[in-house]
Amino acid sequence: MKRQIACGLAALPLLALPGVPAAFADSAGITFSNGRTFTEQTGEQLFTHVCAACHLDQGQGAVGAGHYPALANNANLESAGYPILILLQGQKGMPPVGQMMSDDQIAAVVNYVRTHFGNNYQDAVTAEDVKASR
Amino acid sequence: MDGELPTAGMRRRDLLKLIGMTAGSAAMYQAMTSMGLAATSDYSGPIKLEGDPKGASVLILGAGLAGMTAALELRQAGYKVKVLEFNNRAGGRNWSLRGGDTYTELGGATQKCEFDEGLYLNPGPWRIPYHHNGLLDYCKRLGVQLEPFQQINHNAYLHSTKAFGGKPRRMREIKSDFQGHTSELLAKVTQKGQLEGLVNEEDQEILLEALRSWGALDKDYAYKAGDLAAEFRGYEKDPGGGIGAEPAPGDVIGLSDILNSGLWRSLANFALYEFQTTMFQPVGGMGRIGEAFAREVGDLITYNAKVTKIAQSEKGVTVTYEDVKNPGTTQEASADWCVCTIPLTILSQIDINVGSAMQAAIAAVPYASSVKVGLQMKRRFWEEDDKIFGGVTYTNQPISQISYPSTDYNKKGKGVLLGCYTWNGPNSYEFTAMAPEERVKRAVEQGSLIHPQYKDEFENGIAVAWHRSPFTLGCAGDWTDEARKEHYNNLCQIDGRIVLAGEHASYIPAWQEGAILSSLNAITRLHQRVLQA
Repeated sequence: MKRQIACGLAALPLLALPGVPAAFADSAGITFSNGRTFTEQTGEQLFTHVCAACHLDQGQGAVGAGHYPALANNANLESAGYPILILLQGQKGMPPVGQMMSDDQIAAVVNYVRTHFGNNYQDAVTAEDVKASR
Repeated sequence: MDGELPTAGMRRRDLLKLIGMTAGSAAMYQAMTSMGLAATSDYSGPIKLEGDPKGASVLILGAGLAGMTAALELRQAGYKVKVLEFNNRAGGRNWSLRGGDTYTELGGATQKCEFDEGLYLNPGPWRIPYHHNGLLDYCKRLGVQLEPFQQINHNAYLHSTKAFGGKPRRMREIKSDFQGHTSELLAKVTQKGQLEGLVNEEDQEILLEALRSWGALDKDYAYKAGDLAAEFRGYEKDPGGGIGAEPAPGDVIGLSDILNSGLWRSLANFALYEFQTTMFQPVGGMGRIGEAFAREVGDLITYNAKVTKIAQSEKGVTVTYEDVKNPGTTQEASADWCVCTIPLTILSQIDINVGSAMQAAIAAVPYASSVKVGLQMKRRFWEEDDKIFGGVTYTNQPISQISYPSTDYNKKGKGVLLGCYTWNGPNSYEFTAMAPEERVKRAVEQGSLIHPQYKDEFENGIAVAWHRSPFTLGCAGDWTDEARKEHYNNLCQIDGRIVLAGEHASYIPAWQEGAILSSLNAITRLHQRVLQA
């Protein structure tokens, strides 16, 4: 499933749309959540379909009139409690998206981001850690 | 988008409780708060800023509706006004994408709008309630021509992939049948005397008559298939003329089927004060309002100005900004006073020396997620085939709804559907995280389950995810009651020489009326302060 999702995204070179029978091609792997909580379970899935909405696909962040901080190479991630808290409480304009995730999901996505995109923090967090922060 | 559905086989008392909730305030309140919207306008006519500001100057940050309202009124009152705007156009979220426009979102994806002449998508606001008096008054004053916006269309669909074999039902069928069945139930308990103590005897008689009228009940207070029900829900075969023209009423849908379908969830969208008839839209796209404002105050606006610092002293306000076209080149603008309409997502990242209470308020408001997709179709099949003229179809799919154009009815040619409109929730983030082309593709796939014609008629589309918007970093201020209690007044108060305005500084968040009323309120208070100074 994990691979399918990654491939599903990668397999969309998505040329120009006019004409578009391609729009009906089967795009395997990407599923939408059903209900008010996210159904993605792995850290990679959650990052790809939630975090990347703002922090972008490589966690590189973005700059406009304001900016989305990069999650890549982000020293603030050294303490795992920090991303957990931000997911649960939000941060300035960022909504508390962790409220739509279980403790397990938050632990998974925090562990994923802290070990990818140039981050290498090996002290994994658990669902219990998240629960204690709620 | 679908929450939990009620379970079958519940006791009647539970059922009545559920129905009461559904038809009553609880469901509506839930719907309202889930939209983050629940208020009306307190506009009472054009403001009069009387008294001489004696040449005082005001720097306005942001040329959306709040900023341009302030610019228009303050210049009128005798102030020297300047406006800084990040975009290369005025209007902000008041915006229509038309053929030939390009839009680059955060992350760099650029879309070119391929719509035909005259067709458009309103990525932001798209409908105006009749009671948004301030906005309507500016439309009148600025010569923005309005036309009715159809929110309620009884012939549009309610759709769930989990109900009726995935076949969409006409709204009039669900509404009439739900109303009929619930009326019948209430009539039954009334007749059995089970309302004793709740409704006096005389009123019970009136109630029965009212239920018969309201619910299309027969003489025995029953709701069932037949001519009477058909007068409300429509016919299997419509009446015609001449031989063989006799109408045929269709079956009614059973109450249990309606309850378990979850389709009743959408009915509040046709009852909420905010969505009641008459709603309006500007002829030619919502962006016509911003364009009209810009005709008035465009000469005051510096475009491509990215504000990086807002500093105030006892003497005035100095704003540092970068020319977006020449990154790294900063300039300064100064004035005696400042009206700042920059969205809080961005303002919370800008160096601004206001007091700690306002600082905390600026940092206290997350912004809602929202995604819209516009789809150009080769022909107006929703009108030609499905007899849907404007209005909204609701679905449990991630696209949430399909809205049909409220203009050019019954004409040949192409049209643009609003093929997706999400508001918060997981699907909105999932759509945002996709490439724009993928959002369009998904909107087409999902829409085709309701209108199979999509497969032959779709031509091109454009998708705007508000969290990827460079000029807002989100859709609109998403206040919680707790945050509002703690921070709202601190956000709106004048801090030294700075006052904030925008939909985020209103009780009508995400609506243009909120931006305008916030602006009028802010500049009224500011003007008093100036006169006192």
